[in-house]
Amino acid sequence: MQVYRTLTRRELGTFFYSWIGYIVVAGATFLMGLCFYTLLDRLQGEAIPMPITEFFFNFYFWLILLFSAPVITMRLFALEKYSGTFETLMTAPVGDVAVVLAKFTAALVFFMIMWLPLLGCVFILRYFTRGSNLVEAGTLCSAFFGIFLLGSLYMAIGCFASALTRNQIVAAMISFAIGAAFFLLSFLADQFALQRTWVTRSLDCICVWRQMQEFARGVVDTRYIVFYVTSTVFFLFLTCRVVESRRWK
Amino acid sequence: MMIEVSNLTKRYAGNTAVADLSFTVARGEVVGLLGPNGAGKSTTMRILACFTPATSGHARVAGLDVYADADAVRRRIGYMPENNPLHPDMRVREYLKFRARLKGLGHSRTRERVDAVIAQCGLAEVSKRIIGQLSKGYRQRVGLADALVHDPELIILDEPTIGLDPNQIRSVRQLIKQLGRRHTVLISSHILPEVEMTCNRVLIMREGRILAADSPENLQKTMGKNGQIITEIAAPLEELKTCWAQMPEIAHYNIAAAEGEYHRCALTAVGGQDLRPLIFALVRERGWKLRELSRVRHSLEDIYIRLTRPESEEEKF
Repeated sequence: MQVYRTLTRRELGTFFYSWIGYIVVAGATFLMGLCFYTLLDRLQGEAIPMPITEFFFNFYFWLILLFSAPVITMRLFALEKYSGTFETLMTAPVGDVAVVLAKFTAALVFFMIMWLPLLGCVFILRYFTRGSNLVEAGTLCSAFFGIFLLGSLYMAIGCFASALTRNQIVAAMISFAIGAAFFLLSFLADQFALQRTWVTRSLDCICVWRQMQEFARGVVDTRYIVFYVTSTVFFLFLTCRVVESRRWK
Repeated sequence: MMIEVSNLTKRYAGNTAVADLSFTVARGEVVGLLGPNGAGKSTTMRILACFTPATSGHARVAGLDVYADADAVRRRIGYMPENNPLHPDMRVREYLKFRARLKGLGHSRTRERVDAVIAQCGLAEVSKRIIGQLSKGYRQRVGLADALVHDPELIILDEPTIGLDPNQIRSVRQLIKQLGRRHTVLISSHILPEVEMTCNRVLIMREGRILAADSPENLQKTMGKNGQIITEIAAPLEELKTCWAQMPEIAHYNIAAAEGEYHRCALTAVGGQDLRPLIFALVRERGWKLRELSRVRHSLEDIYIRLTRPESEEEKF
């Protein structure tokens, strides 16, 4: 437990010591602001037939998620392996699982911090619309819960990719490829949504795009929670195996 | 026994880094692993530090197997890898605290030990500086402090003085000597004076095998038998040549011109006998002038070079 806490704090600290953390936050904030601007522009015109959180999660959310996740996670293992500090780390009495979990937690916490400006947008909106229920608290919570779940999955994918290599660029590419594959599979699922074969039904379960829309609409489906938790655990398990593999004979 | 290594073998994709290695290190010894690059020193150390497993064979530290009891072994070891990797973005004290916590020390013990190693390694004046901005000598000391911070029984240092200037080497060497009083130390190096001065035992390795294992003095005694004689004599060159060639006691000779009329001869005796009285008698008999006559003691360097030279080069000597 001490190892986990110490490492998490250190990993989280690195995001703020280095430029990467600030660049990612700045980029995400810029995109959120851009989205906010388009949104306000739209709101001035005719009424739109969906909750405004859903509008955001159609496009900008994915742009931010798909690009920020590899950048946040690429460093985790690859840099340590490259600089050799992985050797000092693993020759200290630390468990593989604690190391993986600590890095994952730090990445996830940073990822959530990155989304804080979004709350700012919501509060501005509420303030200037004189407290109308344009954005309900419940919807907002479920949207953030969705961000958290998707974030865990993408951070776990990133951890796995970073553990595979000692090159940060390669790690980012792998993690982007897997992340984008999940995203694109959703459209495939959407295309065959009307056919009810087992293939389409299983595709339906990993349709991250639609799931995020549901969260944004305020629907929290336990099936989705199970999917995100298990797939996150799966990728973390793979990461543990990769970290452990240096000790295979 | 602090370290027991028996029949250790490590193969990387078709390459044998360590081949059937066996040695022991007693508690309180300072042992140097010596060998050219690629001799398997680092690999041996990595196996002992539980970073990579051996392909076959056993290694025990303080009676614990490095593979099966890796966690317990890692608590007893302070390991500084080659090139001394550190987190360049952290401050010295912060880094040492982080490492101490990672190694399982409690809060008060961490403070106590971090203060102790900062004093011991002479880091007091840089303890608030960022590691990335320190000179190489200081960074090396930070690495050493990290290896010492949990007060381990065994300290493994892989090339601790690589890339340092002579003054820094001296201070690191002094530090290692001090460590030898309380801890067991295993250091690797290809710099000989370092090992000669700090270690009470030397293991010379080549291609994953141990070629010689003894104290530096004993190695010099056993290897120094066929020592060379250096002499400077003023005599006609041709005469000297025929003279040396005719002497049955001389295995081979080498003549180079020195200042004035002198010639500098390096003579190797057959069977390691002392040629000096013979040469003196010869010079007196011929009436030559002699200004130097000395016997070269084998330094550890010669022994090392002789032992670690690739076989193909051996005939040239």
